[in-house]
Amino acid sequence: MQSKQLADGIAAGRLPKGRIAENFADLHPPLAGHEAAVAADRCYFCYDAPCMTACPTSIDIPLFIRQIATGNVNGAAKTIFDQNILGGMCARVCPTETLCEEACVRETAEGKPVEIGLLQRHATDSLMAKNKHPYKRAKSTGKHVAVVGAGPAGLACAHRLAMHGHQVTIFESRKKPGGLNEFGIAAYKSTDDFAQAEVDFVLGIGGIDIKYGKPLGDTVTLDGLRSEYDAVFLGMGLSGVNALGLKGKDPQGVENAVDFIARLRQAKDKSKLAVGRRVVVIGGGMTAIDCAIQAKLLGAEEVTICYRRGQENMNASEFEQDLAASAGVSLRHWLKPVKLKAKGGVLTAVELEYTELKKGKLEGTGETVTIQADQLFRAIGQTLGEDDLGGAVELKKGRIRTKADGRTSLKDVWAGGDCTDQGEDLTVTAVAQGRDAAESIHKTLMG
Amino acid sequence: MADISNNFVGIKSPNPFWLASAPPTDKAYNVERAFKAGWGGVVWKTLGEEGPPVVNVNGPRYGAIWGADRRLLGLNNIELITDRDLYVNLREIKQVKKNWPDRAVVVSIMVPCEEAAWKAILPLVEETEADGIELNFGCPHGMSERGMGAAVGQVPEYIEMVARWCKANTRMPVIVKLTPNITDIRYPARAAKAGGADAVSLINTISSITSVNLDTFSPEPSIDGKGSHGGYCGPAVKPIALNMVAEIARDAETAGLPISGIGGITTWRDAAEFMALGAGNVQVCTAAMTYGFKIVEEMIAGLSNWMDVKGHKSLDDVIGRATPNVTDWQYLNLNYVTKASIDQDSCIKCGRCHIACEDTSHQAITSMVDGQRHFEVIEEECVGCNLCVNVCPVENCITMVPLKAGTKDKRTGKKVAKEYANWTTHPNNPSARDAAE
Ligand SMILES: Cc1cc2nc3c(=O)[nH]c(=O)nc-3n(C[C@H](O)[C@H](O)[C@H](O)COP(=O)(O)OP(=O)(O)OC[C@H]3O[C@@H](n4cnc5c(N)ncnc54)[C@H](O)[C@@H]3O)c2cc1C
Ligand code: SF4
Repeated sequence: MQSKQLADGIAAGRLPKGRIAENFADLHPPLAGHEAAVAADRCYFCYDAPCMTACPTSIDIPLFIRQIATGNVNGAAKTIFDQNILGGMCARVCPTETLCEEACVRETAEGKPVEIGLLQRHATDSLMAKNKHPYKRAKSTGKHVAVVGAGPAGLACAHRLAMHGHQVTIFESRKKPGGLNEFGIAAYKSTDDFAQAEVDFVLGIGGIDIKYGKPLGDTVTLDGLRSEYDAVFLGMGLSGVNALGLKGKDPQGVENAVDFIARLRQAKDKSKLAVGRRVVVIGGGMTAIDCAIQAKLLGAEEVTICYRRGQENMNASEFEQDLAASAGVSLRHWLKPVKLKAKGGVLTAVELEYTELKKGKLEGTGETVTIQADQLFRAIGQTLGEDDLGGAVELKKGRIRTKADGRTSLKDVWAGGDCTDQGEDLTVTAVAQGRDAAESIHKTLMG
Repeated sequence: MADISNNFVGIKSPNPFWLASAPPTDKAYNVERAFKAGWGGVVWKTLGEEGPPVVNVNGPRYGAIWGADRRLLGLNNIELITDRDLYVNLREIKQVKKNWPDRAVVVSIMVPCEEAAWKAILPLVEETEADGIELNFGCPHGMSERGMGAAVGQVPEYIEMVARWCKANTRMPVIVKLTPNITDIRYPARAAKAGGADAVSLINTISSITSVNLDTFSPEPSIDGKGSHGGYCGPAVKPIALNMVAEIARDAETAGLPISGIGGITTWRDAAEFMALGAGNVQVCTAAMTYGFKIVEEMIAGLSNWMDVKGHKSLDDVIGRATPNVTDWQYLNLNYVTKASIDQDSCIKCGRCHIACEDTSHQAITSMVDGQRHFEVIEEECVGCNLCVNVCPVENCITMVPLKAGTKDKRTGKKVAKEYANWTTHPNNPSARDAAE
């Protein structure tokens, strides 16, 4: 074992470059042609298929799988994109084990669902490789819609609006499009710069203009957009991060998990990324899991997820938890941080208190445990960048209140994705809501 | 242990599994391997008359259809009879028979439809000490264009004539191989019997085009952009073959005529079904060409095991046991009433039974009950057709339950009668009415 791997503190190059590249290879390698034919043949072409109901974007799954089976792979992709223009990313990142594949009747029958996600990827990859956008824009309507955020919700909304012939301008605070597809999703789920390729694919419809480095809440205001455009769609996701709520200033070595992941996703050479020898991640969702696994893949020796409730309460699916465990991540439950220990302003350990449920309320038991750590990540949830909205839209539990069709409390403003109270912190839900809001906007604008 | 040794028109073999006349039996090398693997007998690949042998195409000879995992379901070929020298074949036949005296060696023959041609070849074959001959009246391609094979097999008079010539010119048992490319299989079988043939074997391959290449618009297999109809065989043809075997077995005129069953036999189960319908033994080709000769081990073991479990001591206990149960539609019991029944515990809720019945049949299966996805038979509508059973992906999830005599059929509102009654006496049958008047 190389000494570099066991270096204390936060250091880069714990593993050889080649090993790191291997670690971050595709989590589910794509199906080859024959594998896809065999996988497709397992589909029963169910009546009123349960998988379709389970998919937030209601893709006609039996139909696209049958199209793969009969050799019409591009037709299959078209069936998928009709409902979900980001079907390529969804095929990679959807927790299918709790969505379409959970509902598959073969899951009921034999515990082995049809590999819907992989088949979806097979089809969408094939069409996207042709570099030809499959849809044509309708005749221009002369209407112009402003979209805030170029994440899954914003992109899905913009694409559908463009299809209907509207002009779209997207205001994006970052310098790059894609939202969490580009900055958040685990690197091994979206390899080969897929997020950017997908954005290019979506923009291929035409009529969509993106203004980068133009955050809402700065020079761009909601009132301004409302007066300048025929309608506004808010798909700004969640830009804030919850704090740990501990006394004092956090020592060096404490960071937001989403920032670490964003850095990792943007790194050209992951072997140059620094990671702690002993890493603790606080949280129980997908972000905590992804952060912990990727820290491990970079070469951290010990990675521990500490979650304040039980396993059954974790937001991350069982599959995701198993993935973490098999990467060598320890998952510990019923623990909450109470003190960060430091030496010379640098994190050395975290003290955690055991928790329990008392009459439905989570309480500390008074007993504590200390875990050595030179790096700690907060993954305890993201929050809406409320100030950017200027207080004009009604919120519900800290998110934008929306109706089923994406309407907000303002008659010319729609919203979708993570920033809304209907969001489920899933790419596929954001896509569905963006698309449905576009339909609602279209209907409203065209009377 | 059940005795699976076979005696077919006096030809003895340790088991009823023969290799059919085809590429696997074209040379001593292959046949030796087959016998080592355990095959009970072979029908040597068809010999033609003396002289320069036929030539085969030099491009692909086979076409196929597959299931999704490229499981071979049907094979078609445009190969002709042996393209090796007659005397090489005869020498090899003699040697192989000498090496394997306990195995059946039958020689397939196809020569022009003239008595002289048959008279010439029969003594040569007899000299090899082969156990019998099979007249190839079945081959649907190539040879038929030259007035042989299926061209003879499609004309009952020719069959009778050639069979008679052969019986007159050899002491060897004569088996006539029948082509299925004919409207009613009983006519050629009757002709074979009338000509004195000892047995028939069937089916030969079915005229077919397996597929069309949609880029080049050539039928497959493609020879330089063109294709020709070939002979279809493999698992896909089994139901057709079973019916033809049964037709001959239960025909009053041919009843008792020994039948060697051929057509898609792949497993012991297929073989048992052929024998139950009246075949005295079976011949296999495509399964061996797909998996190699070793499959005979599974066939031997499977057949013995089934016979042991069922208490059948020898093949005679099995052969023809299902024949009396094959009847004409008009004699089927119209008072036998069944209803589909779905076992809710094994139902996986795919809904295929519902949509099949709803879209294409009798609207007798629910899809929703009290707002829940639920599939249940509506007995008032169910005609007991069995479609749902066949489309259900879960074995034994849907079953057909016969209604007991005396219970009410909710569809007709009538009580199920206990006595057998068929169409011949049904009041809706005009001839039954005529007879009564
Ligand atoms: C670490 C991590 C892993 C995840 N893994 C998965 C997964 O495996 N599968 C899955 O389905 N989901 C996963 N998710 C959730 C998924 O990424 C989100 O649900 C989805 O991206 C939400 O899409 P969105 O368009 O609503 O928001 P975002 O993707 O957050 O996009 C919002 C966009 O708006 C921009 N923006 C923000 N504020 C402003 C502003 N004021 N003005 C202008 N632009 C602004 C942002 O820069 C961004 O481009 C994960 C999330 C995280 C954080
Ligand atoms: S989008 Fe996601 S949930 Fe829907 S079918 Fe595809 S993989 Fe399944």
